[in-house]
Amino acid sequence: MAKSRRAGAMLSRDGPANVRAGMPAPSAWACHPYRRRASAWHPGLGSASLRLVLRRLGWGVVTLACVYAVTFVMVISVPGNPVQQGARNLPPAAAQALRVRYSMDNNWRYFGEFAWGALRGDFGPTFMYADWTCNQIIAQALPVSAVLGVLAIALAVLIGVPAGVLSAVRRDRWFDWLTLGCVLVGISLPTFVTGSVLLLVFAVYLHVVPIGGWGTLAHLPLPAVTLALPFAAYITRLTRVGMLDVLGSDFIRTARAKGLSRRTVIWKHALKPAALPVLSYLGPATAQAMTGSFVVEKVFAVPGLGQHFVNAALNHDPGLILSTVLVLAALLIAFNIMVDVLYAWVDPRIKGAV
Amino acid sequence: MAPGRMKVMSLNSDHVLEVHDLRVSFAVEGGRFLAVDGVSWSVPRGKTVALVGESGCGKSVSALTIMRLLSEPPARIEAGSIRFRPEPQAEPLELTRLSEREMQSVRGRRIGMVFQEPMSALNPVYTIGEQLAETIALHQGVRGRAARDAAIEALREVEVPSPEQRVKQYPHELSGGMRQRVMIAMALCGRPALLLADEPTTALDVTIQASILDLLRQAQVKLGLSIVLITHDLGVVAQTADCVYVMYAGTVVEHAPTPELFANPLHPYTQGLLKCVPRMGGVRTRLEAIPGQVPNPRRPVAGCPFHPRCCLSVERAERGAAPSIRADSAFGERVLSRCVEIHPDEPSGRPVLRQQGSEHFVACWEA
Repeated sequence: MAKSRRAGAMLSRDGPANVRAGMPAPSAWACHPYRRRASAWHPGLGSASLRLVLRRLGWGVVTLACVYAVTFVMVISVPGNPVQQGARNLPPAAAQALRVRYSMDNNWRYFGEFAWGALRGDFGPTFMYADWTCNQIIAQALPVSAVLGVLAIALAVLIGVPAGVLSAVRRDRWFDWLTLGCVLVGISLPTFVTGSVLLLVFAVYLHVVPIGGWGTLAHLPLPAVTLALPFAAYITRLTRVGMLDVLGSDFIRTARAKGLSRRTVIWKHALKPAALPVLSYLGPATAQAMTGSFVVEKVFAVPGLGQHFVNAALNHDPGLILSTVLVLAALLIAFNIMVDVLYAWVDPRIKGAV
Repeated sequence: MAPGRMKVMSLNSDHVLEVHDLRVSFAVEGGRFLAVDGVSWSVPRGKTVALVGESGCGKSVSALTIMRLLSEPPARIEAGSIRFRPEPQAEPLELTRLSEREMQSVRGRRIGMVFQEPMSALNPVYTIGEQLAETIALHQGVRGRAARDAAIEALREVEVPSPEQRVKQYPHELSGGMRQRVMIAMALCGRPALLLADEPTTALDVTIQASILDLLRQAQVKLGLSIVLITHDLGVVAQTADCVYVMYAGTVVEHAPTPELFANPLHPYTQGLLKCVPRMGGVRTRLEAIPGQVPNPRRPVAGCPFHPRCCLSVERAERGAAPSIRADSAFGERVLSRCVEIHPDEPSGRPVLRQQGSEHFVACWEA
């Protein structure tokens, strides 16, 4: 801990000496360059957060390297390879030539070449989709999944947080029971069931949306809602538990003793600390939602990234497996860093601890 | 009825607060129990009244009931009245009958409250300035920059050093004493007539305690504040209170002006509490403690609630002063019959407050 603290402190070389030593003193804080950017109310994020981000980015690179290595080992350990895959009955000489062409005859060389390409932003060719590179596939599919994912997470927050708050406030009353029932259903029902039911009702019977595909606004609501439901259910539960915990605390009693209205007490004083678990959940959840869901994409015929995860593995397509995994890992790391920064901003107590 | 009750009942316009025969119960699995069982007390304008007793005597519940901060259910006001008169000429407000919305205009603005643990009593995710300015905006109707300046001014009033820096800080960045000063600033910024201080110094070390009590005294003089001080620390009572109500098991057992109570404690519980306080100088003796615990309110004690811990009753029973009876007591095997049996004067079996001296009331058959 002490070692990493020093490493982090060295990065903010322009800070005062006591910050460099890892022991911020209040007096020196006042003239710190990041301090001046603070508003009248907040002390601002300060250099502690900058150090946090830089250190987290460093660890993120290490994590990505590990993910790459582990995935690579798994890819080469699986029997079969794309050259022999499918109905292509290649003469042995041609297969060998292909293997040499794509460095697949030597695992070490392939490991190095793919890593070097990935560092330059080039994931190389796919083997199962002729004329497509991995970059082209990701460039085409990731935005689709990202739009759907962001929409789904936004929906999940908009539904889950108010539902959780109201359910906690009306604890053990009918609204609470109803919400808990919906949460149970939302978490337990698989998306292929909810998706199919939604399709049946809104596309087949009511004809209000197209039955599947991608390209217009009308294509968005059904897959977004389907994808959002489990997230919404989980967020509802997290918010409810967090609120129940906070509503019994002393500072809520203080807020009421000051004469604040019920609404201010609940939505201002209780929700902010209660939303912290939701915030930490949102990091991985957003990354997951943005990289697509195989099931939702299959049910609604959405050309997203999720299908490529599964197909790449089924096709023994090492380039596509590695590139999709790396994209998901990078997004996960990025969102976790974002959540950590937001967390430090919402809950000032952890700022000193990171 | 005993003369003690009559006195408290009279509606005195010089009293900010009059609590009469208050009974508060809590729902538990399999029934209800009374946490406050027929308590009457009043707060003279501009004076400090102390509620003293061990934990679980109903002191805090009484204060929270006045603010109507207990969640109802499980709590319920069974009987009694809480009359609050913010100004001498004003019509008294019956706090037990006000709606939640009406109470919101009383809380903070007419009655302020300071809590025991200033760390957990301040919201950890908002700055001191935000929490203060929010209260100021609510009670003084100013916003933005003006509220911020008022917050700094309020901190200066409670002698927080460099308030311009403090408003940007979070509660965890302040010391316990500073946090309690912030709490007091927050409780006073609505300029209330009455301040309920629930163990305001218990969580602080002794030197800080003295300065916090001093601050409360200054505020009292400056704002003409009346204070209800809830504490179990008789040292604090001696320093600050004008009169004292000693509470035990949800009832008031003794009530007198502070000098009178310290000079002439009549109830064996008060005497026991005083023996628990270490004194400077004089003969060094072993510091005493009252054996046993406050009775569990779910299983009330028959007769006088203090008899299982009362040395007086046992002593007199052993001397054969009056008819005695076998009982489970911390001091001996026999206590006086009348401490346990139902008394013809009082169907509940509990001794009522009787007047002993001009302003001294005690609830004990033997005192």
